[in-house]
Amino acid sequence: MCGIVGLFLKNPALQAELGKHLETMLIGMTDRGPDSAGIAVYHSPVADKRCKLTLFNADTSYPWRALAGDLGTALNAEIDVEQRGNHVLLTATATETEVIRWLKAKHADVRIMGYGKLMEVYKDMGLPAEVAKKYGLAGMRGSHAIGHTRMATESAVTTEHSHPFTPAPDMCLVHNGSLSNHNNLRKWLRRHGQEFETDNDSEVAARYFAHRLAEGATLNEALEAGLADLDGFFTFTMGTKDGFAVLRDGIACKPAVLAENDDWVAMASEFRSLAYLPNVEKAKIWEPAPATVYSWSLH
Amino acid sequence: MNAFDLTKTPLREANAKLQSLPADTNEKVWHLNNLHGEHACAVGLTQPIEVHVNGHIGYYCAGMNQNATVIIHGQCGVGVAENMMSGEVRVKGTASSAAGATGQGGLLVIEGDAGTRCGISMKGIDIVVKGSVGAMSAFMAQSGSLVVCGDAGASLGDSIYEARLYVQGKVESLGSDCVEKKMTPHHLAKLERLLKKAGIEADPKKFRRFGSKRNLYNFHVDNVDAY
Repeated sequence: MCGIVGLFLKNPALQAELGKHLETMLIGMTDRGPDSAGIAVYHSPVADKRCKLTLFNADTSYPWRALAGDLGTALNAEIDVEQRGNHVLLTATATETEVIRWLKAKHADVRIMGYGKLMEVYKDMGLPAEVAKKYGLAGMRGSHAIGHTRMATESAVTTEHSHPFTPAPDMCLVHNGSLSNHNNLRKWLRRHGQEFETDNDSEVAARYFAHRLAEGATLNEALEAGLADLDGFFTFTMGTKDGFAVLRDGIACKPAVLAENDDWVAMASEFRSLAYLPNVEKAKIWEPAPATVYSWSLH
Repeated sequence: MNAFDLTKTPLREANAKLQSLPADTNEKVWHLNNLHGEHACAVGLTQPIEVHVNGHIGYYCAGMNQNATVIIHGQCGVGVAENMMSGEVRVKGTASSAAGATGQGGLLVIEGDAGTRCGISMKGIDIVVKGSVGAMSAFMAQSGSLVVCGDAGASLGDSIYEARLYVQGKVESLGSDCVEKKMTPHHLAKLERLLKKAGIEADPKKFRRFGSKRNLYNFHVDNVDAY
């Protein structure tokens, strides 16, 4: 069982409150997922020639400074690291491809949680309120954010299998449900050059959409294609650098509620997570229909 | 006026008070205020009281209702008025999936749209939806009426036993064993009564009627090879 939430701000004046509202939404899903939580926040874009990566190692005394020094020397780049719990936000005057290649070669024990120009990703064990506090979610400003709370029913409570999944720069996906054709899709995606980090079905969905977008599909086209190619139960919420989308399978038994007004669009597994949003009482509130693409863009 | 502020009174306590009112109570009207999407709000009521749920609400609101009138001034989550026995539940906003599921009696009015599987396994409840209903509505419906003033989503009335379905707008598709039936003066009068009772203005003559073809009632001999 899990809870998913997403908030997309249409009114830039609200950006300072993004983290505060997402925190409340995430805490609203505590009953659906008290074991671990994950967030992806789109904020603080880095300068043109820089990239940022959120990295993870369970050891809070991991030698991040030394890593940054070695990386800087190897790539002849400026590196900044900022530690939050067992995560580190690393920015570099290099391309993300260079940084990722070096990390995979030299620090296989470091997990890349997400990367791009905007997106930061934090996943940790504990109650959603604890995770939000630990990573300072309430203080994060930005345009959109997505969160996931997990109640482990079959597998261990680890950050490895936690959502959001981040298959491409500034792209993330959270999933409530289960896919039945993920093995075949994984094989197909591998043949098309996608590399996998886990055996998780949600990662397959994330990489499927990343693959479609990389092929040149628009967000809506990628989601429409997903309706034909993904078999199983799903309520997805997806973020891209400037987009936000919700998609449910044709049976739509995994819960979802959408709310929208002139200022924001919000998605959650249950209304409880939307109940404290500003002016929610006057927002349009509805259950997203099965097999129907809902998407919003900043532009 | 009797009211509970749900930020001060736990929902369980408010529900218990409403459930334990005596049959001859003079406290006939209740308000539930400051709601934040709680589940199982105003459930299991048995007395003919009027309860106003003043806000958006979570799952199973007004479930198992008997005799009471519950008015939801907002949107409601999955399974509103599920297994209702009698009384009336009115949703001023939209309803999520499985509205009126397994309801045995009473009247459920949804003034907005209803999500998927509205009236799933209904067993005698009357449901009137001013807007549209989602896919697979009246799935395995056994008895009662579903009136849809807007459109009906895919697979309406799939595997229906009995129950009368009236739709004014478009029907995306009919489910297995659900067919269009003739609107007789008898059904027209029933529909008119239901719309009137629900307080919804619509012309009964513009509706079409659907129901069971009754082909799934009995084992079909052509399927004997399957065993």
